[in-house]
Amino acid sequence: MRRKERIDRGIKVRTEGIYAISSMREILYLLGPRLLLIVGLILLPFILQLAPYWARVVNIMCVYALVALSFDFLANYVGLVCLGGGFFVGVGGYLSAIFNTYLGIPFYLSIPLATVFGAFLCTLLFLPCLPLRGVYFAIVTLMYPLLLTRIIEAFDILGGTNGISGVDSFPNQYVEHYAIIVVLLLVLFGLRRFVNQDIGLVLRGVKDNDQSVRASGINVTHMKALAVFISAGIGCFGGAYLVHLYMWAGISLFALDFSIIPIAAVVIGGGGTLVGAVVGTFILVPLSEALRNLGTFRIVIYCVALTAFIVLKSEGIMVYLQRKYHQFERWVKV
Amino acid sequence: MEGRVPACGWGSAAGGGDASPIRSNRRAGVIVEFLLYGIINSITLSLLSLGFTLVYSISRLPNFAHGALYITSGYIVWLLLNRLGLPYPIAVVIGILATGFIGALIYRFILIRIRGMEISEIIATYAIGLAIIEGLRWGGLRGMTFTLPPFFPGSVILAGVSVDYQRLSIVAIGALTFLGLYLFTHFNKLGLALRGIAQDERAAMMLGIDSDMTAVVSLAIGSGLAAFAAILLLPLGNIVVEAGYSVLIYAIAVCIIGGLGSWGGAIVGAFIIGFAQILTEAFLSSHFQMVVALLAIIVTLLLKPSGLFGKQKELEERV
Repeated sequence: MRRKERIDRGIKVRTEGIYAISSMREILYLLGPRLLLIVGLILLPFILQLAPYWARVVNIMCVYALVALSFDFLANYVGLVCLGGGFFVGVGGYLSAIFNTYLGIPFYLSIPLATVFGAFLCTLLFLPCLPLRGVYFAIVTLMYPLLLTRIIEAFDILGGTNGISGVDSFPNQYVEHYAIIVVLLLVLFGLRRFVNQDIGLVLRGVKDNDQSVRASGINVTHMKALAVFISAGIGCFGGAYLVHLYMWAGISLFALDFSIIPIAAVVIGGGGTLVGAVVGTFILVPLSEALRNLGTFRIVIYCVALTAFIVLKSEGIMVYLQRKYHQFERWVKV
Repeated sequence: MEGRVPACGWGSAAGGGDASPIRSNRRAGVIVEFLLYGIINSITLSLLSLGFTLVYSISRLPNFAHGALYITSGYIVWLLLNRLGLPYPIAVVIGILATGFIGALIYRFILIRIRGMEISEIIATYAIGLAIIEGLRWGGLRGMTFTLPPFFPGSVILAGVSVDYQRLSIVAIGALTFLGLYLFTHFNKLGLALRGIAQDERAAMMLGIDSDMTAVVSLAIGSGLAAFAAILLLPLGNIVVEAGYSVLIYAIAVCIIGGLGSWGGAIVGAFIIGFAQILTEAFLSSHFQMVVALLAIIVTLLLKPSGLFGKQKELEERV
């Protein structure tokens, strides 16, 4: 009988300690993957200047990546499965549109304001359902965007089904690109830092065993509210940015796309790695743009890919790649 | 369409937007109409949610593909009727069996591998449902051309209120279905096995009841019930894919109010939402029907997550 054994590479063990800076090779081992992502993302708009259409896709891709990050953080670090990512996007988008068109606030203020107020509003609305668990929380969050859509339609407020048009656009292409790219990178690395702090440990405790967190004298609902605030803020920024990109806010912001594509991206990219969410979106969104003429069939492709990954390869791409990067495998006799 | 209460979007897209269903001049007629259409609407809702609640109560699987199966069965029957030219009763039977078979396949090949992982169950069933619905839309199920003929054409005047036979038959057949399901689960070996698993899975497994077998059966029956509801209700409107979403929401609303996993609760929940919808439609507008269902879900979950008759312990769903 033989079985496969996985062992950490020597370089991985060394780079975890003080030896990380002992040689160029170790430094490169640590920085390489990170620099690849950062530099690649920053250079992407320059490379894509040849194809202006795809340069625009990069922006939308980054918005989806933000929403995916917020889903991944909430689901895999706090244990709250929020099926309504569209709710955050919609709230942020509508707030930014209101600030910009009704109050005349310029875009560089309306987006941050919409992010903060949107996060606050979402947390306030989610506050009553934070004690819920599992299926129940998922169902409530699935209903929130639908409810808001129906209310906007039924009362014909905020522009009704036509939406709010005439939102300011960005002054030039570079602001448009780098506003979202820089924020995406900041959020990605900021979240990674955040979940490795003490507070991140508490949040994971909330996910795995909330009774023990409670027994330690920590208020579980406070922690969950904090996590929702962060996650909602990320989603709201995405929505606010999107409104200025399209110069329009409408009920399509609450649409299923913003709820299902990020979830698919997280599952495909690898849940719980944060960077997996970004990688997943960078695969899915360009794919969906390339298949644009297939119409709604794209959603079918997403869903089939999503189900296949959940059933067959539930660890996701990123976890697989990280394993290959950090470990080697060999056959041993049992 | 003469029926003054739109079919609540079971078939046609989200309410017909007709005038208020209640005529202002006849008092008695108003009350009879309110009661009658309230009961019809409630039975409709409970039929829609029966499959969902059955699957959840037996195998603890939230079947988010319920609405998709509902619309699939309608499309299958339409295809059999119009493309193959089969007689209506045969098409109906094949439609129900085929949908049940699809449900069983979904469990056997997909859900069996992720059983017990709640998050994956939700995402997977939701994804399957979306794939079916959007696939049908892509495959040409668009517009208002897809209709099923009613079984019983014509209408009758009951106490000054006109009701078509199809709606009356829903009440009768719905009541018969509940009775049949009750008899099946109380006086049949398979039904008793299902109930055993629902009550206490470990004890049932110790007595030799296979949990996977019952889950396959429950998904097959649940999907078959969705198909059954579709065939009863779709003749009232058009077959449109959007109904797949609204059916899922109504099913969830009914089950949440009654308590997930409780059958009696589902019927009570259906009556609460059914009458609430008729009331809002009379006094506000038909746009608010969905708002009622969504608000009902949120409010119930916030105040009493286990619903009116939920069997789950409070601690299991709340921190």
